Amino acid sequence: MALGGILTVAANLIWLERRLLALWQDRYGPNRVGPFGLFQTIADAIKMFLKEDWIPPFADKAVFVLAPCIINATALLSFAVIPFAPGVQVMDLGAGLLFLLAMSSLGVYSVTLAGWASNNKYALLGGLRASAQMLSYEVYMSLSLMGVVLMAGSLNLSEIVKAQEGMWFCIPQCVGMALFFIAGIAETHRLPFDLPEAEAELVAGFHSEYSSMKFGMFFIGEYIGITLISALTALLYFGGWSGPLFGLSENLAPFVQFGWFALKTFILIGFFILLRASMPRPRYDQLIEFGWKAMLPLSLLNLLVTGAVVLALE
Amino acid sequence: MNTAFYIASAVAVFATAKVVTHTNPVHALLYFIVSLLAVALIFFCLGAQLAALFEVIIYAGAIMVLFVFMIMMLNLGTDTALREAQLFSPGIWIGPSVLSGLLLFELAVLFIQGEPQSASNAAMVSPKDVALSLFNTYFLGVELASMLLLAALVGGFHLGKRDQAEELPGEVK
Repeated sequence: MALGGILTVAANLIWLERRLLALWQDRYGPNRVGPFGLFQTIADAIKMFLKEDWIPPFADKAVFVLAPCIINATALLSFAVIPFAPGVQVMDLGAGLLFLLAMSSLGVYSVTLAGWASNNKYALLGGLRASAQMLSYEVYMSLSLMGVVLMAGSLNLSEIVKAQEGMWFCIPQCVGMALFFIAGIAETHRLPFDLPEAEAELVAGFHSEYSSMKFGMFFIGEYIGITLISALTALLYFGGWSGPLFGLSENLAPFVQFGWFALKTFILIGFFILLRASMPRPRYDQLIEFGWKAMLPLSLLNLLVTGAVVLALE
Repeated sequence: MNTAFYIASAVAVFATAKVVTHTNPVHALLYFIVSLLAVALIFFCLGAQLAALFEVIIYAGAIMVLFVFMIMMLNLGTDTALREAQLFSPGIWIGPSVLSGLLLFELAVLFIQGEPQSASNAAMVSPKDVALSLFNTYFLGVELASMLLLAALVGGFHLGKRDQAEELPGEVK
């Protein structure tokens, strides 16, 4: 059920993104199919399924097919440890946060292998960019998370949410949150960090050779990634499911808590889309330089200061 | 848990054999990644959750990506596959396999003589336990490892530093 829900959300995000972008750019966006154009995604999906599924003869067939599976498998597996409401989750892993990092680090293979298997210069360049970018931003992502782990004293996501009952971590960990969010954008290679698929210079980057639903899987995988990073930010920094319960009974409380969690996640997704609408794309060397010269020292400093404060308060 | 352990071990052994025998470097690396993931699962079955996750994050997710990255840059084609295939002539592999066969025999004898232990009765080790023993009992080891890493970092920085004299043409200072 959770799987179907996440896939539906990810698919409809494409519609949401197109409508929001249109709104911010003073146009209408897709508004013809169904009420408010809501069925546009279904129409797109049917179109994509009916297109020719072509594997180029010069490609490495096995790896070519494997690559789009990896991004979806790792992103969907990550949702296994996300608590949607107290007790509502697939598995309650003690080191849930590490599991998420492990899955996100395996996700790198998808783009890298797609770029290599396509046997195409543009795709290879896209794959190279993607692997360097995701490898380096993964470092800052995990380092910036450690501040939260220090304050909550646990790697378990439910425990981290419970530790935020007094104050959401977005206030004491504001630097860590900004770093995590920037790294999250780079991990999902979204604009402004979408250099692996920069269409102005690399055609479509690592997925240049992909057609039909294999391309669709990369597309959906990207939106699952956005949902995941937003859900994680909501969990780690904005108190997850916590919010006013309006004096509801025990039975109804999880629904309201899930509602709060979903609301926070969607606001963050909206922020992702707003970034796409408003930010220019940096040069590749600027991206890597920013990573190693600004993100790394800042995340280390954040970790150091958080550790010192936690130690002093004990 | 025992079934999971045996399946994971079988996958690990098969994938590792494929790493050695495969002629396409990228495919061999992919088998290696599968083998690492299988080993991570074995750790998980034995109750070492943290070791399993670190195996995935560090080995499968970071070091192997660098390997794939390098091989992608080298752009090895069919020539390499042919050259690799030549390595499988009996004259080359018989010597090492006899030696490793001896080691395998020794290992098997040791296993048969020793008390067999079930994987399922191992206790779960939490991240906290690992951290406590790392920063209490093995504190010196951690410090030494961090010093080694610092040395590697300084070395890497020195090697990567560009000389002032050989500045690229057209570079704006």
